[in-house]
Amino acid sequence: MAVAVGREQLDALALNAEEYGAIVRAIGRDPNDLELGMFGALWSEHCAYKTSKTLLRQLPTEGPHVLQGPGENAGAVDIGDGLAVVFKIESHNHPSAIEPYQGAATGVGGILRDVFAMGARPIAILDALRFGPLDSGHNRHLFQGVVAGIGGYGNCFGCPTVGGELYFDPGYADNPIVNAMCVGLVRHDRLRRASADRAGDAVLLVGADTGRDGIHGATFASVEMDERSGERRPAVQVGNPFLEKLLCEACLRLNELTGVTAIQDLGAAGLTSAASELAHRGRRGIDIDVDRISRREKGMAAYDVMLSESQERMLVVLRPDAEAAAREVFDHFELHADRIGTITGTGRIRVRERGALAADLPLKALVDGVPLRAPAATFVERRPAPVMPAIEEPEAILLDLLASPNLRSRRPIYRTYDHQVQDNTVIGPGFDAALLRVPGTSKGLALTTDGNPWYVALDPYEGTKAAVAEAARNIVCTGARPIAVTNCLNFGNPERPVVFGQLQESVRGLADACRALELPVVSGNVSLYNETSERNIPPTPVIGMVGLLDDLSLRCPAGFQEDGDLVFLLGESREELAGSAYLRLLGAPCEGRPPTVSLEMEGRLQAAMLDSIGRGVLRCAHDVSDGGLLIALAESALYGGLGLRCPGIVGPISREAFYFGESQGRIVVSVAPRRVPELQKLMAKHHVPLHAIGVVGGEEFQIGSDIRVSLDTLRQAWETAF
Amino acid sequence: MRTGIVVFPGTWSDRDCAHALLDVLQEPVRYVDHREQHLDGLDLVILPGGFSYGDHLRCGAIARFAPVMEAVTDFANRGGLVLGICNGFQILQEARLLPGALLRNASCEFRCEWVNLRVEQSESAFTHDCRPGQVLRIPISHGEGNFFADPDTLDAIERNGQVVFRYCAPDGRVTADANPNGSLRNIAGIANARGNVVGMMPHPERACEALLGSVDGLAVFRSAIHALTRVGV
Repeated sequence: MAVAVGREQLDALALNAEEYGAIVRAIGRDPNDLELGMFGALWSEHCAYKTSKTLLRQLPTEGPHVLQGPGENAGAVDIGDGLAVVFKIESHNHPSAIEPYQGAATGVGGILRDVFAMGARPIAILDALRFGPLDSGHNRHLFQGVVAGIGGYGNCFGCPTVGGELYFDPGYADNPIVNAMCVGLVRHDRLRRASADRAGDAVLLVGADTGRDGIHGATFASVEMDERSGERRPAVQVGNPFLEKLLCEACLRLNELTGVTAIQDLGAAGLTSAASELAHRGRRGIDIDVDRISRREKGMAAYDVMLSESQERMLVVLRPDAEAAAREVFDHFELHADRIGTITGTGRIRVRERGALAADLPLKALVDGVPLRAPAATFVERRPAPVMPAIEEPEAILLDLLASPNLRSRRPIYRTYDHQVQDNTVIGPGFDAALLRVPGTSKGLALTTDGNPWYVALDPYEGTKAAVAEAARNIVCTGARPIAVTNCLNFGNPERPVVFGQLQESVRGLADACRALELPVVSGNVSLYNETSERNIPPTPVIGMVGLLDDLSLRCPAGFQEDGDLVFLLGESREELAGSAYLRLLGAPCEGRPPTVSLEMEGRLQAAMLDSIGRGVLRCAHDVSDGGLLIALAESALYGGLGLRCPGIVGPISREAFYFGESQGRIVVSVAPRRVPELQKLMAKHHVPLHAIGVVGGEEFQIGSDIRVSLDTLRQAWETAF
Repeated sequence: MRTGIVVFPGTWSDRDCAHALLDVLQEPVRYVDHREQHLDGLDLVILPGGFSYGDHLRCGAIARFAPVMEAVTDFANRGGLVLGICNGFQILQEARLLPGALLRNASCEFRCEWVNLRVEQSESAFTHDCRPGQVLRIPISHGEGNFFADPDTLDAIERNGQVVFRYCAPDGRVTADANPNGSLRNIAGIANARGNVVGMMPHPERACEALLGSVDGLAVFRSAIHALTRVGV
């Protein structure tokens, strides 16, 4: 087919000739510039999931408590008492690589809007971050900018940042991972779907004026980066959390009005995406008059207005007779609202400028018509694990590990985030999972994000399974039952067979783990093309998980609580060192088979935990993860400010693997001595191995004759500054 | 006690203050819009934390011109109880109801963490239930809480006993380590000369339930309740 537009123009939109052909077939003619721009945005990887959609069909998305699965602004799950928890995680990697403060800030802003568009009040933010090592000035600039941007937005908005995770690896140099998750609460009868299903409804654009910022941000997020990406800085949006706070309060109040049909946030691909998706979900059409849209500057063409990604804007669809009541709400919050269009019965999006039709496209093709891509996949053959000499100084290794950037205390970061506002934070950041009160009830929500990048790099299937299992384990350590999953799949350029192979295996692992643990995936986001100057990031799936604790008084802390309590290790330790923090510390190459999760065993372990915590048997519980057993024990000691006396531990495996291996499915617990028989009985009932470790107490952390170190020394190492 | 909680655009501790008073202490509250000009029937007015007007220009600098502030000033001058928390403290200073200024934290970073406060005097309406030297565990959450005043003002507020709270170690010692933001003389909260207006950077409304980590903030609100009974307002 002859292509009426140049290769350069298509490249700028990240469309290929085949896709252009599909556009022409769908609309029966060549698109004009505006129409092509709209297709480019909506058919971008970021909006259309054209590479990942087929894979994502494997994921279990249904469950008895799911009120809203993927496909809306966010997922929603019933938590009883007529309430639903609404949540989603999303990436803002590309903007953050270029302008870290605003990239991260608007990432938070975008995910907040997704949640309050559903009618839910945002109650928590979590952030999963990955950077290159801090010995590079550029990586440090990115790291500091991102952390400041997250705090700057969340603190001003008034939503607590309660958790997340942070890893450093050379694979993320120049291409940081910035994923933000938001969790909200809403009454069932107020849960709102962004579906405009009534022709004749008025369409209002509320919030910020439309500027030239962020034009083609969705496209930018769908191509690899190079040394010239800095020139894309104008494609990065600027956030205004103050305006967002007003917008949120206004939307929540609007949600109480009758006659409001739908609320939709403007995110990637701006008005084009919001208007098209809203109308298409309701099987209707939409007419937009761009002349009615307030702008920040003169001279903006319809193209700029339709594709701007200016932040803090919402579309509100309502019955014309409800407009006056809605305007009262906007006036109260001193927000600007333009009536920009009407819902129609045409199934098309029609854009008018100065009375003339500037675009006229069928929504089905625009929203759903992208040809799906099926790239080639190859799989890298596994190399054997490095063989390292036996350890001579376990104490020095423990201290070095505790002080290493991937394991040291995150307090210098989370104390710059308001993690308490809204008065619900029962367990704040820095532990296995955050725990928030559900206001007005005795229930709690446990929240976490997880994704060990090294396991996934070694084996995308096993690594992703492990991420799901670890997230669930973090949740059960608080006493809460995992109820649902959101995920953000951060990968490199899928046009490279190795990368697509990683994505394919990772999604398979995600699906298998979620199915085995009976966890529906209710929302998610895919971020591909994380490639800078031909270097791809390590495959990085991030799992966000929510758990429910019916009675907050049963919650379980992660730190040692009482002198004299006995410490046990639950689960099975194996000779698994590949992918461990220990081997990285020794400078060994990251090779071999990563620790593997038995999902059946994991299910039993988690059932045993919930059984034990529900009966009040445990004093504390802490997941054994990065760094292995000794790191988990040291953390429980540091959290609780109490030492540990361990007469020496002998396992069936090497000392290295027992101390620092990262076998999955393990949890460290402490119990009052009189409750040990109950613990033994419970673990026998669930067939979970139990291994006695030692006794809580004193000012020292002692492991046989190998380690004897004061808590102060441990703390000093752990609190090494970034 | 009838409490009014002032809501400026960008305020976010309003709901937390209402929760502490209404749900925990069973005291009636009403929200006061920034455009209101009358505070009739109120015993206590709280200016809560948040980022009023997005902290644009300078924290509290715009809120100070909101219509409600004229009413708050009248209310304070008539002896009504006024508590400014965090951004509310900054607004009270901008409105000249309290002396000094709150600069950027010495660390140049936002800080959200638990701190210990030594109660310096029990004459103010908000420390009436405390004894001097008592230590309260209450969190801070701010980027601009670094208390500053010129030497004369500083001496005057010390002499008049207007310093209400100082950051301290858990045992009550006022040390440099315990100072989270560089405040002069570890000052965390002050009163006006009359003692009916108090501004504090820490958030007592976040420390009213054991579930959230501390109940020490209740002393601040209970003091106000008892101060009102005492003078029979």
